Amino acid sequence: MTRRIVVVTAGLTVPSSTRLLADQLAEATQAQATARGEALAVDFVELREVAAELAAFMVTGGVPTPRLTELRELVASADGLVAVTPVFNGGYSGLFKMFFDALDKDSLTGTPVLVAATAGSARHSLVLDHAMRPLFAYLRAVVVPTGVFAATEDFGSHGLSERISRAAAELAALVLSQDGYGVGGFVPDLAARPRRTSGTQVEADVTPFGELLRGHAGDNAP
Amino acid sequence: MQFGIFSVGDVTPDPTTGTVLSEGERIALMTDVALKAEEVGLDVFATGEHHNPPFVVSSPTTHLGYIAAKTDKLLLSTSTTLITTNDPVKIAEDYAFLQHLSGGRVDLMMGRGNTGPVYPWFGKDIRDGIKLAVENYHLLRKLWREPVVNWQGQFRTPLQGYTSTPAPLDGTPPFVWHGSIRSTEIAEQAAYYGDGFFHNHIFWNKEHTEQMVALYRRRFEFYGHGAADQAYVGLGGQVFMGATEAEAKRVFRPYFDNAPVYGHGPSLEDFTKMTPLTVGTPEQVIERTLGFADYVGDYQRQLFLIDHAGLPASLVMEQLEMLGTEVVPVLRAEFERRRPAHVPSDPPTHASLVAAGPDAPFHLVEPALERVKQMQAEQAAASAAEPVEVRA
Repeated sequence: MTRRIVVVTAGLTVPSSTRLLADQLAEATQAQATARGEALAVDFVELREVAAELAAFMVTGGVPTPRLTELRELVASADGLVAVTPVFNGGYSGLFKMFFDALDKDSLTGTPVLVAATAGSARHSLVLDHAMRPLFAYLRAVVVPTGVFAATEDFGSHGLSERISRAAAELAALVLSQDGYGVGGFVPDLAARPRRTSGTQVEADVTPFGELLRGHAGDNAP
Repeated sequence: MQFGIFSVGDVTPDPTTGTVLSEGERIALMTDVALKAEEVGLDVFATGEHHNPPFVVSSPTTHLGYIAAKTDKLLLSTSTTLITTNDPVKIAEDYAFLQHLSGGRVDLMMGRGNTGPVYPWFGKDIRDGIKLAVENYHLLRKLWREPVVNWQGQFRTPLQGYTSTPAPLDGTPPFVWHGSIRSTEIAEQAAYYGDGFFHNHIFWNKEHTEQMVALYRRRFEFYGHGAADQAYVGLGGQVFMGATEAEAKRVFRPYFDNAPVYGHGPSLEDFTKMTPLTVGTPEQVIERTLGFADYVGDYQRQLFLIDHAGLPASLVMEQLEMLGTEVVPVLRAEFERRRPAHVPSDPPTHASLVAAGPDAPFHLVEPALERVKQMQAEQAAASAAEPVEVRA
């Protein structure tokens, strides 16, 4: 069974060092999967290409374009996520945040995520732990222990590729072990599996009205 | 089929002149729109309800009562009545009173509102939005259907021996729609009671509207009110017309680009593709509107948004004139042509509800209750009859 991860990258230039880091993370994660004899497909989401659509989505209260609907569904159905942003003014870029603001809050529940960032100097490295981790914690994603930060100077050092390998190994291990809910009867309640949704479709399962009305029909005991 | 206007009552500067109407002028413009709607042969005028600037529509029944006195045929409705933050007891009284004033020319659309702080301003918690809509509407139904109401719910102070006055005209409450963009619970609520469902799809893609309406129709049938295609569906629509498409776009573009809801965002062209907004000739509006039925099925009410975004009275009246004389007559004929005989043309009116008699399911607080109990009994019997599965 081929697993699928999505790499979201918020670099603004072409070529971009953010994309360069994203490519290396994707490749390393794929290599880790291959080494375990598993197939891993990768989809890239270049946020630059949907910047205007994201802005329109925000100011119209969420009117989707077909491309955004596709991306939201892509992320919500992925087995894992690599999220890479440049650091601007001490935080992730606005474009990066806008994409995650456009997702349903249940898009990434329980999903393994690798966080990574690029910047001109190593002084920004805590953006991984002080900005990106809280974002994905809110989204109830599972962020792997190693985050990858690359200052411009890191592209000329050995340490970066080691961190990339370590983070990729952690992500691959989580992505490949995701069907660990096992056989009914021997595992925790299957209904307790994290529920994920892209929010792009109307839920077919509706709560029967009798349940909605319970306690609200005016016959509550005083 | 019914056609009409719905207004949100916003005071927005005219971006082409900077002119801002006073609140009094804006209210007068809404009144003029309603009177013009009747004059050009439209069926419905619906007013929004808001309790914050830049809106003027805080007191719908006052306004609708005034309009009722100046019209003869126009059906007066809301878009929407805040079932969450209003006291259902006051809604019951106000709209029954309006029924008496207008000779039964009233229906209502329930909604939850779109401004967060309105909840705390009226002593409510927005996180209870759905529960408030469920409980308050259930109480409203009882107040309109039971002569004496005893009530103990979660939100309102209890009622003991309460009689809502005046009673609905001819003992027949107004027909109710439930409006919701995204909440499936509200579509379910409309289906449960056999009420109408209104999807204001002017800010949404058609795929979403299609799914919401399909859900309501399926549940309407499930609760035994009729076949799915007989459920009562209303839609919003937004149009601006000119002699040519280019002319319509030229005039409307500054209003679109600066509109409160979608201005400074997508282009007019993109938004026209993403939503049902149609800016063009009356023929284009007719073609687009007829297309709505292709994805929601034959439906009963179409409301258009005309007075908004700072459009001046002259343009609004011109649009209404075109709508009434060039567009709606064709839409009436064409929708009628495609409608199968078993699908109702119009939603229930006061006259049709009175004609159906006091024993019609409409007069029950919960028309679906017997059917639900029956289904539950059948389910219980079926599971009792099944042999117990033995697991190894």
